[in-house]
Amino acid sequence: MTSYLPPAQRIWWKMPVGREEIVWIAIALVWCLILFFMMPFWHVYGKQNLSTEAYQTTPAQFGLKVQAMIDQYTVRHETEQQIPVVAPPAGSDIYMLGRLWQWWPILELEKGQTYRLHLSSMDWQHGFSLQPVNINMQILPGYEMVLNITPDVAGEYGVVCNEYCGIGHHTMLGRIYVKE
Amino acid sequence: MSNFRLCPDTGLYFDRNAESLMKVNAVAAAVSLLLAGLLALGVALTRWPAVHLLPADQFYMFLTAHGIDALIFWIIFFEIAILYFASSTLLRCRLAAPRWAWSGFALMVIGAVLTNIAVFQGNSSVMMTSYVPMQAAPHFYLGLILFAVGALIGCFVFFGTLVIAKQEQTYEGSIPLVTFGAVTAAIIAVFTIACGAIILVPTFLWSIGYIAHIDPAMYRVIWWGLGHSSQQINVAAHVSVWYLVGGLLLGARPMSEKVSRGAFLLYILFLQLASAHHILVDPGISTEWKIFNTSYAMYLAVLASMIHGLTVPGSMEVALRQKGYNRGMFEWLRKAPWGNPTFSATFISIIIFGFIGGITGVVMGTEQINLIIHNTIYVPAHFHATVAVGTTLTFMGLTYLLIPVLFRRRMILPTLAKWQPYLFGGGMTILILFMMGAGTLGVSRRHWDMDFAGAALSFEYSGMAYTMMGIAGIGAVIAVFAGGAYLLITVGSLVFGKKLEESAGLLQSFGVPLPSRAYGVQPEVLPMAKVVEEHGSAGFEAPGTFVLAMVLLVSFVVYYFINWKYLASVWPLS
Repeated sequence: MTSYLPPAQRIWWKMPVGREEIVWIAIALVWCLILFFMMPFWHVYGKQNLSTEAYQTTPAQFGLKVQAMIDQYTVRHETEQQIPVVAPPAGSDIYMLGRLWQWWPILELEKGQTYRLHLSSMDWQHGFSLQPVNINMQILPGYEMVLNITPDVAGEYGVVCNEYCGIGHHTMLGRIYVKE
Repeated sequence: MSNFRLCPDTGLYFDRNAESLMKVNAVAAAVSLLLAGLLALGVALTRWPAVHLLPADQFYMFLTAHGIDALIFWIIFFEIAILYFASSTLLRCRLAAPRWAWSGFALMVIGAVLTNIAVFQGNSSVMMTSYVPMQAAPHFYLGLILFAVGALIGCFVFFGTLVIAKQEQTYEGSIPLVTFGAVTAAIIAVFTIACGAIILVPTFLWSIGYIAHIDPAMYRVIWWGLGHSSQQINVAAHVSVWYLVGGLLLGARPMSEKVSRGAFLLYILFLQLASAHHILVDPGISTEWKIFNTSYAMYLAVLASMIHGLTVPGSMEVALRQKGYNRGMFEWLRKAPWGNPTFSATFISIIIFGFIGGITGVVMGTEQINLIIHNTIYVPAHFHATVAVGTTLTFMGLTYLLIPVLFRRRMILPTLAKWQPYLFGGGMTILILFMMGAGTLGVSRRHWDMDFAGAALSFEYSGMAYTMMGIAGIGAVIAVFAGGAYLLITVGSLVFGKKLEESAGLLQSFGVPLPSRAYGVQPEVLPMAKVVEEHGSAGFEAPGTFVLAMVLLVSFVVYYFINWKYLASVWPLS
């Protein structure tokens, strides 16, 4: 009745509040604080935190870095398109670029080693979606994102593009091998 | 000279201009929803792996148009109608600047048509978000800008009406809670539209070649000030409608004006920080910025929603208990008017919005957990719970209430109407739960083919992911048919429903005012609500709702920590 009428009291903000509301607000506030402090807590004690290291770059500059790695560490080529498979040494800087419609090149990593992974886009925005691990990141042109990754299970992983990037979006797949 | 009509059934007074504007906005909203629903069918039947209906180019075109028509046009047209209702009708005040209001409506229509034309011409399949540097046709952006300007005019007409009501003293005391919620929505809308202008105007200039470069990171941060905040308009608007429905149907009064208004105030102060939810896995954004913004400064807007989650159903419980449904914890809930589509739509909306929309939103908006959810189909699962069930189903329920009151027509097909909220809510819930599951298994959103046909390399999702996408498709089809039933009932009632007022003809259904003699009433000043004697504060007024709220909290806690556990299992990152 009164939700759409002016409040019954002129000084409504001085009316007492019901007990269940007070109890619920207190419980909810405590929960909100737990929700909040879980994030800094995980930065200290958790192992999955996204680095904030990033640089401005250009497609040309980034492309040169990727090519330098490919020239130095390619171990074989795969598929008809001769996609290079690159096995850089453990602990090194590794690169992957997104472009219409590829993740380039294929990386071959060692299990349990940490790498500095550099990601950028050569054209539009792309989504780096490592499957089936399910780690997802937004990749922007002009920005080089650097993160430390430690693959901890051996196997063959797909890199799906999960940011819409035009008509060939669904063909944009990459691969990462993790060896024992 | 008076310009008001008294509704004999509800005692509401309708200003002649406001009434016509509410009607045309509601009809424009329904047209947008019709389009959005047809497009949804195409999208859903393509993502259902066994059907895979549309070719890739059409799929992306449909998806772009579906997002814009459903999320922007349907909802904002309807919200403008709600703003006029909450100001002019509830405060018994003439509408401010009706010519401006009409020009705002005209701009919104032109904008909506222009953007739809751009999309269906085929060169603007850029998704609703239109991330640069992918470019749409100039009139794609121009249409959105015109629509936003029109909506902004609507907001200022709303504010102007409040000023007039205050000056002319059309009400006693403070504005009603529902109007207060509408003020919240309108303030958030102004912020939202400002963000939209800041980013879409330069992007439009870029599309016609006047600006060379738009930074993609900047675009994302500001665009989401539009994209996410516009959903916060919806939250404020549909929570206001929940209070309105409780009041109109059950005679519910807010448990505490102070608490409910305080919660709306928290929305005004903190909701807009949520732009950050979309930037959590972007390059180069600082951790402190992410944590502060993604949590609405310590989850104060979540606190507000949890408060409404108690006080909205709680006020309904108090009202039903006063009607005598006082046995046990839940007699009031069992005996609630479940056969009334306005009530069932509202209550389903409250439950799904809280239990699924709210919880998934907090989980995926947690800085680190976003890593395992960003851009998967879990994301559309979340916002179908908040917007398609939360907002859309609430607005559907409100429409059933307004057909006799505003349009003066009796509703046709009452049996279908009775079942429609269950069908829509049920279909949507199936869609949402199974998209959540598929997203957890890594299935991507905005993706034409989970088989990756034509790719040089290959990757296979698990069989379970395929099954879930199939079931989600079934849910979507049910929801689309329920949406069709809604349009059939509402539009059918406007055309064929029995006239409750002799002069309410076909044209009157679509915005032409009734003849002048219908508007001869001068409303009395809107009185304050009657004082209801307070219960002793020793016991709980709404124990059943409190139990439901605790169930929500336990689900929330369990699901939240399950996701941390899942995050802990993926590759270490730093």
